[in-house]
Order: sequence, then structure tokens, then C-alpha cells
Amino acid sequence: MNDRGEFFRKLLEQMLLIRRFEEKSAQLYGLRKIGGFCHLYIGQEAVAVGAIAAIDLTKDYVLTAYRDHGHALAVGMEPEVLMAELLGKATGCSKGKGGSMHFFDAKRHFLGGNGIVGAHIPIATGVAVKIKYLNEEGCVLCFFGDGAIHQGVFHESLNMAKIWKLPVVYIVENNQYGMGTHFNRVSAVGNLASKGCAYKIPGEQVDGMDVVKVFEATRKAAALAKEKGLPSLLEMKTYRYLGHSMTDPAKYRTQEELEAQKKHDPILFLKAQMLKDGTMGEEEFKKMDEEIKSVVAKAVKFAEESPEPALEAMYEDLMV
Amino acid sequence: MAEMTYREAVRQAIDEEMERDERVFLMGEEVARYNGAYKVSMGLWEKYGDMRVVDTPITEAGFAGVGIGAAMAGLRPIVEFMTWNFAFLAMDQIVNNAATMRYMSGGQFTLPIVFRGPNGPAEYLAAQHSHNVAAFYTHVPGLKVVCPSTPYDAKGLLKSAIRDDNPVIVLEGEMMYNWKGDVPEEEYVVPIGQAAVRREGRDVTIVSFGRPMKIVMEAAEVLAGEGIEADVVDLRSLRPMDSETLVRSVMKTNRCVVVDESWPVCSVGSQVGQMVSNRCFDRLDAPVEVVSLEDVPMPYNHRLESAVVPSVEKIVRAVRGWKLGRERE
Repeated sequence: MNDRGEFFRKLLEQMLLIRRFEEKSAQLYGLRKIGGFCHLYIGQEAVAVGAIAAIDLTKDYVLTAYRDHGHALAVGMEPEVLMAELLGKATGCSKGKGGSMHFFDAKRHFLGGNGIVGAHIPIATGVAVKIKYLNEEGCVLCFFGDGAIHQGVFHESLNMAKIWKLPVVYIVENNQYGMGTHFNRVSAVGNLASKGCAYKIPGEQVDGMDVVKVFEATRKAAALAKEKGLPSLLEMKTYRYLGHSMTDPAKYRTQEELEAQKKHDPILFLKAQMLKDGTMGEEEFKKMDEEIKSVVAKAVKFAEESPEPALEAMYEDLMV
Repeated sequence: MAEMTYREAVRQAIDEEMERDERVFLMGEEVARYNGAYKVSMGLWEKYGDMRVVDTPITEAGFAGVGIGAAMAGLRPIVEFMTWNFAFLAMDQIVNNAATMRYMSGGQFTLPIVFRGPNGPAEYLAAQHSHNVAAFYTHVPGLKVVCPSTPYDAKGLLKSAIRDDNPVIVLEGEMMYNWKGDVPEEEYVVPIGQAAVRREGRDVTIVSFGRPMKIVMEAAEVLAGEGIEADVVDLRSLRPMDSETLVRSVMKTNRCVVVDESWPVCSVGSQVGQMVSNRCFDRLDAPVEVVSLEDVPMPYNHRLESAVVPSVEKIVRAVRGWKLGRERE
């Protein structure tokens, strides 16, 4: 297999891992093993996987909002510690104190996971300040949804990123709905990528269902950020298959719309490409899928067998 | 010892810590070329340049968040708010992000960040520019809150705050910036979480913090003229609070008046009152009294605003009330 084939295989594997992880999360939520708010990433896998594949996590950073399972897996966090976090266990990445919306991995430069819409956008901008301040080579990928783009801090952050020439790539994952509201109903412009124009930040709309296009657009934007200190705004056109969170039956859209969107499934799209290229056969795909399902099953077993946090843990990790 | 203003003490703390640690930097509105809205950062931009003394746009939520991100990634920002009134816009960042990141991540991140600026009523500024925000931030686990009342403490506490690996709220005061006091020539810090006894007395404990400390000391002199000796405790740190020093004082005096220049409902003053009532219940000869702001937005008219804030007279009256009560028994 050539390099390109191997790369595609890695992308496919990661997307499939997210898909199976999220399906299992939905199941466990139904069984009330996961509580609270749980926002699943199914349908949007190509965005986190393609974008994060374009950066170097020894130098670069990733921040996202509360729909963070996909990004956490894409930066390479182990499914075990994520599933354990969802179950609130002591072995979770945040020791059971964060839950679904608060996955973090300091050593992989993954700074969350944030439950307040848009609140991490200035934080990501501040991480870029650090890169510039210490004269490092990295950049920051800041993911957020089409709902967050109307928050004041988005605009405040873009302004600062531009005047200070910060190495940050703002990535709006336009999955069409901010909770139950179609983005066209709440946005003055249909092209979200154009929202950087007031700050002279270049924007680009990208097919967020095509992982390779996501990868390429992000690689270009990351290079601009790192080499020229030019921030950019990428709008990934994507779609979430499930409701906003586990309690949302998504009655604001039609079944036809959903089925039409599913025809552009990011996993099936890449798979079809690989079958056509001959970089992967149907049998191989099935084998990959089986392996991933068993990885997820192992993660669930690990999480279920893990202990609850001790009560004393309540007072730990508050202050240094 | 050198006599200097509170403003100069704050400036020295920032300057010395920036010199000591290259990761310390100052950001906020007008802090660089304008030398600070209250001239606290005078000369720092000339000395340290654009990268370390950063003029921000007027965007409190945004630059507070930028500071938090820089801190999570390893820098040690000092974020100046022109006044704490404007920081309400940044409260989401401070309360939802700065105070929670370490906890929510299971201890993966440290947030060595200082948020500082003038707090509390000044004069003729009306309702929106006269807020005392002590209670809002002292309420929040995950933050430290200090409120220095002298140039010595302003410097020493700010240096501790900058060196602290947790987010620290530093409440200064517009009216205090010109206050003068002795500050040692040599290096020192004031540890966060230690109250100071400013005056020894056996009859009543008067406890306060920040700007009202001045009128508390004046009130103590008036009371001394009447034969009432007040023990005066300056909390200095509101979170963590040095309740031991305060309790020790009340155990000695058996009465307590709290002076808090903020609204009376759910305030630092009411919290201190609850704590003292609880810890000293058997030893109290009178209920704990709180002298606070009147429970209204600050009016512009000077006669009205002067009547809204705590005063020497109100403090004396609060103490004297019990003295009379005791005599009646």
C-alpha cells in the first residue's frame, strides 16, 4: 500500500472509531449509564479527523466546544479514559469531574471541551498568544459550532487575532442547526466563512463531509498561521445525524432532509473512494470495523469496571 | 522603608515580578502607551515593550479569555480591568473558565493568572461605575480574592498573586491609589490568606477590608476617646479567609462589627457575620452587626452618595449601640 492509501486508511479508521464510540455512547445514555448533557458527533466525523490530521500535536493545540468526543479521539486520546469519563469514573480523563463536555488532555495539547457556547474561542486565542510570545512554531485549531459564531467573544477574538497576528485557525463546524434553530434563521449572512471580513481574516467554505478536503484546507490555513501569523476562518459544511443532545428528538427537520444528508456520509464517501482506488477491499473494511467495535467494547468494559471517585476527590484538583 | 503611594506600590510589584519572570506580562485597556487609566503601569511599556505590556481593544470578555488561554498554556498574565465595573462583561470567562478549568480537567491544568483593577465606590460616578464586586468573586470556589488596604499590602499581596499558580482576583481602589504608606526597600511578599490586626483592643472587634479600613481606624480613635478600645482586623484576603485571626479577636472582645463597603445582602460582610456567629456563639455578648452600603444603586448626588457608604459615624453608632445596651442591663 502506498503512503496515500495508508493515510486514507488512518483517516477512515479514526472516523469509524468516532462513529462506533458515539453509537455506543447513545446506547449507554439510553441505559442511563451516562447522564446529563451528551452531544454526539455522528455525521461530523470528517471535520475533527481531517483538520487534526493536518497539524502536529507536539507543537499545535486543539480546543473545541461541548460536542467534543470526536476531537478527543482525533487527537489520540484513548477510548477507555473517555468512556470512563462519560460514566463519571475515577479513571476518566478528568477523573469523573468533567463528563461529556469536559474532555481534556494536557499532554496531547487538547485544551477541552467547553460547555459555554463560544467561551473557549478567546481561550484558544490566548493559547496562540503564548505561541507567539515564546516564539514557538505552533498554531491553534479552534473548533466551534454555527451557533457560537454569533457570540460576542467570537468577534472579539478574531479582532485580537488579527491585530496581534496570532497563529490560530478558527473552524466553524456548520452542522446547519444551533440546537433546534436552522442557521439561516439566526445569521444575517448565509456564508459563515464571510464573517471574518470585518477583521480582514480570510474565510473559506469547505465540504466538511469530505475528510480529504477538510485536511487540505486546514493544512493550508495552519501553514498561513504558522508561517505568516495570519489567522483564518474555515467554515466546514457538515451535518449532525442525531439531535442536538440526547434529549432532542430533532423534530425541527424532516426525515427526508436527514436521509438526503446521510447520502453524503463522510465515512461511506471515503470508503467508496478507497474501494474505487483499490486501496482497500470490502473485506478489509469489515475487518477494520470489527476491530474498532471490539476497541469500543473494551473501552466500555474498562469504564464499567472502573471505580467511582472517592468522596474525598470532591475537594481535590480545585487549587494548586 | 520608603514612603510611597498605593499606585506606586502596585506598579513596583508588577515591575519586579516582570523582571523576575519573563512569562509574566501585563494586558488590558490603556495599560501600555497611555500608562494606565489610573497611571498604575506608568513606564512599564517603555521598559518592557509591546509583547509584555499589551494594549487591548475594549473587549473585557475577550481579553480575559485570552489571558486564561495564555495561562493554561504556560504564561503568567496580569489582566488589568480599567475598573471592576467593566469586568462584569468578563465574568463568564472568570467564573466559568478560570475558576473551573483545573477542576473540570481533573487537575491537568494550572491557571497562574491575576485579574486586577480598582474596585468599589469612588465619587460622583453613579450606579454603573461604583460597584464593589468583592462578594461576586469571593463566592466562587477556584478563585482567590485579595483586597489590600495599604501600599505595603498592595505590593506584597500582588507579588504573591502573580507567583500563585491559581487565578487570583486583586481588588484595588481608585480612591486608594494616592494613599501613602511605608514600603520596605527590600524584597518581600505578603502571603495570601493572612489577616492583619491593625489595632489592639479588648472591647469590640471591628473587621473590614480595603478602602473602609481608613474610616474604621478613625472610628476606633473616636471610640477610644469614649473609653471603648477596638481590636481592628483587616482581612486582606477574602478567599481564602483567615477566620482564625478574626475568631481569636472576637473570643477576646466578645463583640463584632463588620464594615463592608458593598450591599448588605449575600455579601462578604454577611458571610463574616455568619461565620463569627457560628464560631463564637457562646462568647458573643451581642449580635454581630454589619455596616454596609445602603441597599440601593449608587446615586450621583454627593450628599446622597455620602449617605450611602459606610462612615465613621455609622461605625461608631454600630459599636455604641451595644455599649448602651450593655449599660442598660
